[in-house]
Amino acid sequence: MKPSVLGTLALLTALLIGAGFALVFFYAANEADQGFVQKIFYLHVPLAIIALGGFIVAGIHAIRHLRSGEAVHDARSYVSIHASVIFGVAVLVTGAIWAKASWGRWWVWDEPTLVSFLIVFLLYCTYYPLRYAIEDRERQARYASVFAITAGAFVPLNFMAVRAAQSLVHPRTFGTVEGGMPTDMWLTFLVCFAGLALLWVTLVSFELTAKRASGRLARLRRALADGDPDPSATGVGGRIAPGRAGAR
Amino acid sequence: MPALPLDEAGKYVAAAYIVFVVLLVVYIGIMAAKLSRISQEIEEIAERAEREQAAGSRQQSAADPEAGIETPEVSR
Repeated sequence: MKPSVLGTLALLTALLIGAGFALVFFYAANEADQGFVQKIFYLHVPLAIIALGGFIVAGIHAIRHLRSGEAVHDARSYVSIHASVIFGVAVLVTGAIWAKASWGRWWVWDEPTLVSFLIVFLLYCTYYPLRYAIEDRERQARYASVFAITAGAFVPLNFMAVRAAQSLVHPRTFGTVEGGMPTDMWLTFLVCFAGLALLWVTLVSFELTAKRASGRLARLRRALADGDPDPSATGVGGRIAPGRAGAR
Repeated sequence: MPALPLDEAGKYVAAAYIVFVVLLVVYIGIMAAKLSRISQEIEEIAERAEREQAAGSRQQSAADPEAGIETPEVSR
């Protein structure tokens, strides 16, 4: 992605997130039951949806990688998982803060929504040791793709299982009789969701651009060391090797 | 549980949003460090390429003394 496009994307993200947070604190009404603490909802829920969606996107890129063998899809899958894991950390921390404020406890172990998200998060945390335990680049990419597809398929299954389970304390916000939201809350939620989704896209694009640049740099360095008069002829800009692309 | 009073709820809400901002800032900081390392490496490579190019042209002019002499422009 060109730096100008990335800059525009970052600016749009900042504007949308700023607008969303302004709506949270100056427009959306306080919820009748929880009061001001419910403002965490506009951060916690979009982050959780985007994190889980990001894991599915990573699975789709992994399928494309296995079908085409192109390393760029593996890089996209890797970066999508990375961004989603970061979002996952934010979900767990903001969720724990909200739980403490609403339920008086940081964590409730017999709540399926919380525990299932933690399982998904920990599952994806094992992606990195799995990936870097394999020396050979091709095998590393292939095994990582298989992992991303399997884990990605687990995400919607897990989501459906949790929806079907009897929740003890965690509210069901969408699509239930007691979960309807008034228009101001919906609008605020949608703006926050769009801003945070754009943030995910920006972070993924940013990291992909950095990886591509460091990959090209490593090839240039090798070409110069080999005394190749035309480094561009050695495939600069082709393969992206996630994680260690810039390693010398 | 009844709704928390604003002064107490405010602390939790602030904490949640601050955690998000801190995470974002840490991520951007790490990425900025990576990018500055990349730009530093680009500079190093560019310097090295210039040095090698200069050395190459010196070798060429030593082998062919007329190669480095520019033909004077003829004005009409």
